[in-house]
Amino acid sequence: MSWRHLGLALLCWAFIGTAQAHKPSDSYLSLRVGDQKAGDQKAGDQQASGQQLSGQWDIALRDLDFAIGLDADGDGRITWGETRAKHAEIAAYALARLSLEADGRPCRIEVPQQQIDHHTDGAYTVLHLAIDCAGPTPSQLTLDYRLFADLDPQHRGLLNLSARGQTRTAVFGPENRRQQFALAELSRWSQFVDYAREGVWHIWIGFDHILFLLSLLLPAVLVWRERAWIAAERFSGSFVEVAKVVTAFTVAHSITLSLATLGVISLPSRWVESAIAASVVLAALNNVWPVFHGRRWLVAFCFGLIHGFGFASVLADLGLPPDALLLALVGFNLGVEGGQLAIVAVFLPIAFALRRTWLYRRVVFIGGSLLIALLAGVWLAERVGNFKLLPF
Amino acid sequence: MLLLLTLVAGAAWAAPYTPTSDDDVLEVLPARAADPGMREMRELRAALARNPTDANTALRLARRYYAEVAAEGDPRYIGYAQAALAPWWQQADPPVEVRVMRAVLRQFSHQFDAALVDLRAATDQDPQQGEAWAWQAAIHMVQADYPAAREACEHVAALATPIIGTACRAGIDAITGHAAEAAAALQAALAAHPDASPEEQLWVLTRLAETQDRLGRPGEADATYRRALALQITDGYLLAAYADFLLDQKRPAEVLVLLKDKTRSDLLLLRLALAAQALNAPQRKAWQDDLAARFEAARLRGDATHQKEESRFVLALQGDAARALTLAQANYAVQREPADARALLEAALAAHDPAAAAPALQWMASSHIESVALQALAGRLKGPTR
Repeated sequence: MSWRHLGLALLCWAFIGTAQAHKPSDSYLSLRVGDQKAGDQKAGDQQASGQQLSGQWDIALRDLDFAIGLDADGDGRITWGETRAKHAEIAAYALARLSLEADGRPCRIEVPQQQIDHHTDGAYTVLHLAIDCAGPTPSQLTLDYRLFADLDPQHRGLLNLSARGQTRTAVFGPENRRQQFALAELSRWSQFVDYAREGVWHIWIGFDHILFLLSLLLPAVLVWRERAWIAAERFSGSFVEVAKVVTAFTVAHSITLSLATLGVISLPSRWVESAIAASVVLAALNNVWPVFHGRRWLVAFCFGLIHGFGFASVLADLGLPPDALLLALVGFNLGVEGGQLAIVAVFLPIAFALRRTWLYRRVVFIGGSLLIALLAGVWLAERVGNFKLLPF
Repeated sequence: MLLLLTLVAGAAWAAPYTPTSDDDVLEVLPARAADPGMREMRELRAALARNPTDANTALRLARRYYAEVAAEGDPRYIGYAQAALAPWWQQADPPVEVRVMRAVLRQFSHQFDAALVDLRAATDQDPQQGEAWAWQAAIHMVQADYPAAREACEHVAALATPIIGTACRAGIDAITGHAAEAAAALQAALAAHPDASPEEQLWVLTRLAETQDRLGRPGEADATYRRALALQITDGYLLAAYADFLLDQKRPAEVLVLLKDKTRSDLLLLRLALAAQALNAPQRKAWQDDLAARFEAARLRGDATHQKEESRFVLALQGDAARALTLAQANYAVQREPADARALLEAALAAHDPAAAAPALQWMASSHIESVALQALAGRLKGPTR
């Protein structure tokens, strides 16, 4: 029996009831879920911006030194230079031990920058987190935390999560590695608004849809009489025409959007995209060599059905909240309508005012239609042939 | 500089910054890489990594880590020690020595009952496990189970040096109504065994000083504490105990000298802050804020092992008697040593809630402890309320 051991044991008797002098190992993880405009996407990108999450993760230098070694020269002091040299390794080590899911979708985390901060027990590296969870603001977050689990079971991850003005905290340890957080009772209204906003955005970045609509609207201020286009007499006529076209288009794509979203019908996306491009070509060419000049609303309806499938794939990419499917659908749809109406509201008065001018009749109408047809033709070729020629 | 930054930083979410120079020292590690202690730990760690189920290596490493905790009071080493024992941690029947180590680590986070289960199983399996008996005695003392503590001490006495055996028994006698005899026995043991190791002497002297203090013999207690300090062993418990004695004796200036630069330890920072308050010293606010931040950090991670210290802090430095009482009560549910009783009595008194002090008063009656300070507090509690 080692007396020294026994002595040590009895000495340690003295330590019972006396608390730790320093501090066990903690890391501090701060996540912020905020509402951000889905407005910083490149045009044509089908996915909404997922930059609603940001965060910061403070990890003790002491712990990182124990795990991967930071004190390069072994002098017992960790300098900024030594830390900087290991930034990539630190980020890789940490990110390999943290996963984040938003509404079931895995998020991508990157560390664009590291700084330093001091907590009660020493210096920490501050990992600024750039988090990309594609889709609208999530209603549920799942975190899986495994940092230092194999090296120090007493290590704890202290989470500070702020979403919608509410802050909550949680502790991650070996006993609770994976935790879920329902973000502040997402009000039905704000969810609705979210999806409506996505709808508006997607019609505005949906050039093919806009050009199709435009192709049908360009002749709205004109009438085909005796094999020629002449200016419409009264605004009310044009207005009614536009109303019929837009309504028909809307009704049609609402139907197929709903059917596709609810899983009733499913069409291969390449076919849908190609058909959409074809519809734009036809609608545009129809302005130059009119085949359908009477029942444009019918054209809008038929092709609208196809466009609806295009919207459905966008909506699917955004991710639908299982508990608010209809809400999301209606919201998105209304958003699309709203976006369309905005475009029409801008277009119609201008077009009507200019309808008699040569500028409108030759350049905008014919020239514009040909350009649209050309553009759509390229899209058609791209989508059928599955290659990319244009950046949008 | 670092210390200053630590003191000033305070809140958990202070501002991150980018250091200006590559040579800025951000963190000073416990030791240099070349230090023999560090090298030993690294070698053991590497050996264990090659063969994680080698119990001998695992135990050596765990014990090495635990020695660091004992020396410096740095609890990260508890986590490392636990990781070293990972293959056996959840086992119902690990090897005896692993079992004892597991108990030692658990008692550190106040999992006393779980630790006792392991220790008893260890001594059932191998009655020669002196370490296990010693720890049992210690835990029984914390839980105020004196008959069980005595029994464990008998086993310790049979296995350890005579001075340790005497000290074990005397430690119990000192708080069960035989304080004067215990003090005499401890002094006799010291005199009779001048060849005892410094660690053993330290332990005996600390117990003696505490007993003399409780008996109301401050002169003797002071001399004994100084004798213990003269052994030149850095011991957080001794420093805390002597600091408390000095504070009681209204000698706060000496506390500042005694604990100079020892702010890293929460225990000692508390005493420094109390002394600074008594003196209205300039560091008072900084230390107080730092302590508050540390208790907050512990609260964030759900760590409830500091409640006695937090109770004292909240009462003396924040004046929140109600909260201090809640903390002291929560602490007393787990630990029932004289210092724990004192924290409860003080909090109950400040909160004008004598009923809350009942458990401590009952313990005082049943243990027959002789303590000038405790009796004074009890008297005030039972006396006419203001």
